[in-house]
Amino acid sequence: MTVLVEKPVSALAPSANRTLLAVRDLNVSFAVGTGRHQKINHVVKNVSLELSAGRCLAIVGESGSGKSVTARTLVGLPGRNAVVEAGQLEVANQDALTLSERLWRQVRGKDIGFILQDALVSLDPLRPVGKEIEEALRLHGWGNAASRRRKAIELLDSVGVPQPDLRARQRPDELSGGLRQRALIASAIALDPALVIADEPTTALDVTVQAQVLDLLAAMKARGTGIILISHDLSVVSRLADDVAVMRGGAIVEQGPVREVLGNPQHEYTRALLDAVPSAHTKGTPLTKEGRSGIIATSDRPRRVRAENSGPVLEARGLGKSYDGPDGIRREVVHDVSFNLAAGETLGIVGESGSGKSTTAKLALAMLAPDTGEVLLDGEPWSSLSTNQRRPRRRRVTVVYQDPLSSFDPRWNAERILVDALDPQDFTTAQTRRERVAELAGQVGLQVEHLEKHPLQLSGGQRQRLAIARALAPEPEVIVLDEAVSALDVSVQAQVLDLLTNLQAQLGLSYLFISHDLGVIHHMSDRVLVMKDGKAVEQGTADQIFNQPEHPYTQELLASLPRLEINENTTRTITA
Amino acid sequence: MSILETRENGLAPGTDPASSPRRRDRHAIAGLRSLGTRLLTAAGVVWAAATFTFLIQSLLPGDRATLLLNQLNGQIQERTAAELAPINEKYGFTDPLFVQYFRFLGDLATGNLGISYQLHKPVTEVIGDQIAPTIVLTFTSLLIAWVISTLVIVGTAKRNRFFSSVASGLEALAAGLPQYWLGVILLVVFALNLGLFPVVGGTGIGGLLLPALTLGIPLAGFLGQVIRTEFESGMDQPFALTARMRGMGDTGVRLRHVLRHSVLPGITLSGWALGSLFSGAVIAESIFTRPGLGKVLVTAVNSRDLPVVCGIVILVAVIYVLANLLVDIAYTLIDPRLKKS
Repeated sequence: MTVLVEKPVSALAPSANRTLLAVRDLNVSFAVGTGRHQKINHVVKNVSLELSAGRCLAIVGESGSGKSVTARTLVGLPGRNAVVEAGQLEVANQDALTLSERLWRQVRGKDIGFILQDALVSLDPLRPVGKEIEEALRLHGWGNAASRRRKAIELLDSVGVPQPDLRARQRPDELSGGLRQRALIASAIALDPALVIADEPTTALDVTVQAQVLDLLAAMKARGTGIILISHDLSVVSRLADDVAVMRGGAIVEQGPVREVLGNPQHEYTRALLDAVPSAHTKGTPLTKEGRSGIIATSDRPRRVRAENSGPVLEARGLGKSYDGPDGIRREVVHDVSFNLAAGETLGIVGESGSGKSTTAKLALAMLAPDTGEVLLDGEPWSSLSTNQRRPRRRRVTVVYQDPLSSFDPRWNAERILVDALDPQDFTTAQTRRERVAELAGQVGLQVEHLEKHPLQLSGGQRQRLAIARALAPEPEVIVLDEAVSALDVSVQAQVLDLLTNLQAQLGLSYLFISHDLGVIHHMSDRVLVMKDGKAVEQGTADQIFNQPEHPYTQELLASLPRLEINENTTRTITA
Repeated sequence: MSILETRENGLAPGTDPASSPRRRDRHAIAGLRSLGTRLLTAAGVVWAAATFTFLIQSLLPGDRATLLLNQLNGQIQERTAAELAPINEKYGFTDPLFVQYFRFLGDLATGNLGISYQLHKPVTEVIGDQIAPTIVLTFTSLLIAWVISTLVIVGTAKRNRFFSSVASGLEALAAGLPQYWLGVILLVVFALNLGLFPVVGGTGIGGLLLPALTLGIPLAGFLGQVIRTEFESGMDQPFALTARMRGMGDTGVRLRHVLRHSVLPGITLSGWALGSLFSGAVIAESIFTRPGLGKVLVTAVNSRDLPVVCGIVILVAVIYVLANLLVDIAYTLIDPRLKKS
């Protein structure tokens, strides 16, 4: 067994018997460009890892940390123009540094299984899932066509797919998220590989399905399979992994047993990462250092004052909306949903995919007319107005989406995007418009130089700040945040959440905060609405919902949340 | 491990779209309805083409009876009313326009496209005699275009930057080649100089290859351009990576997974190309002195043999409609997900 550079051997479990992976000083770089302009991108720097049978090693990091390239290097597919160097690179008892492509093909699938995220696109969308599993068997010369077909059904059964003979003939898009992810796993473990690499295996899944997939991986581990888990999600890691390596900028900053690293993080980055996860314990406190200082440029300009009114800003009464499905069946997407949103309050709407949250958001924005019920704004009709009547009041309810990039005109720079969102009646001169745009940029923490850039040139976090600035521009009373932080890395997400909290405190905004992420919802919301299959199953204060859930579905959702107990004294809950 | 089964069952009851018989019926009804709409649309297109050609025939300047009589005698001169009367009587040119129109539609429905002014044979017979070589030529051209473009793409796309750019450059060049120029070059080089093929093409295999290449090479360029884009994005899809991860080689991934995903725009283009190849056949057939509809059309246009021209126009409309029906069927065969929407 090789001694790790960063950590003593004690980091490994005493029960470890068979080494599946021994990596020492792995470096991966990519040549970008050609000729004189060629640049070398160092993506993985001096990474050392070790894994034995029946254990799970997690590699944690944010996007661009090099974790996926590391994983792909372990199966000999680091990508085009990659240069791989290592002191030692032993994978599944093979010296990976000397393997030819031909030999690699015998190792992949047979000795190493690889599971990617989102089976909807990671399995061939045009073929039945059974065929994909059979292909894995066929490539390694297993059995004949008939026995492979039987084996594929057995494998689907073994990963907990009900009616496997029927499912084997269905395509990924005909299966539910959980079933197709299981099918993907079945195709990766068809030949019972000793080592399984799972790259974000649960990232696109709803929490309840995520819990099932994690259980399945845990069962494989218990049977002696070694698992390398690549994830950005600390709660997933805490649930499955024995050891963890935290990566940042291509290098491992901290490595060791999960309890030690997550329970008593030594490195500043690990601590920041843990602090950035929004959840119950972070409620009411900022997630980042910057958020703690709470500095936001304030303006002396008089704000529009809402007429004193004790009623809610936004009120939904018995909303219902149906659509005709592709098969001609009418489906009720939202059924009898009612809620109130008071001034300065955050109402969280939480639910899994297909629960009707986004349709509810569109109804609240009056971008969609409800079939039944109505939405009132400040006690006055909102959803029932004609488009012309609504237009002067549009500015009072604005929206921020998950993917701001597609909601910006890519040819406009940030300044033009913000100017476009201003009320032309209030800002008649170029001078006042410029001042207001500068003020908005200051409020969301964008620099002046960012204003000249185009959306594509901004980072994900900056884009979301720009989207928030655009939503703030017409001085709204309500902002609908539809999965507004879901696509962001955890540390960027923390910054944006802090920004939203501070803006709310200063400007008295009301948020309709829609998310599938229970931790984010708990952190942000005063009150919470839980949705399932288009219905509001439970509504109450955040603490009520999270501490004494009454509806069985809410209880199930909360039970599915991965939790991490670090030691006997301090119990810290990390929610997905 | 299968303890998890119960949980999955409990969570997602009835997620199986095929399990309920009522749903299956609904699918069948929806399918019939869409087939019905398609057939109606197809009939509509043919009807529009027929009406258009009828209007051209009857509203073009010049008296049709005079035209007919002049063609019969090979002279150009004014005719007296007495000379024209039997012709007008025979063809019903003096009837009100709408009577002629409905007679025309009625004839069309029974497969009667009129009689050629010049050949004095039914138009259906004129077309029927010459259609077979043209159909062989167009389908061979389409096949050649697919074979060339698929081979080039599977061989070069996303493989080596140099070969990939050279190949996509050649595709652009091929797509821009004028057929009349390409045809003449092929004729001069391979038939006249090298003597590999007959100069005057017959209907045999030897006479087929050069005209088919004349039409097929530019089409291969177009096909290559639309397929290449899809193919390259297909190679970047996670399922291609998954296939590599289970031990499949690069060529296997290209042929068994990515190719199928990339051909859809090529299929769409082929529906259009099938119709355009029919007009392209005019050029190839005259360069290689090959029998076929192209020559018939050229002769008919030169001699203002309107029934034949109109018959071919209607035929091309029918071919476009059929090609598009075939495209729709091919679509759902290649991508079964499209059946749903």
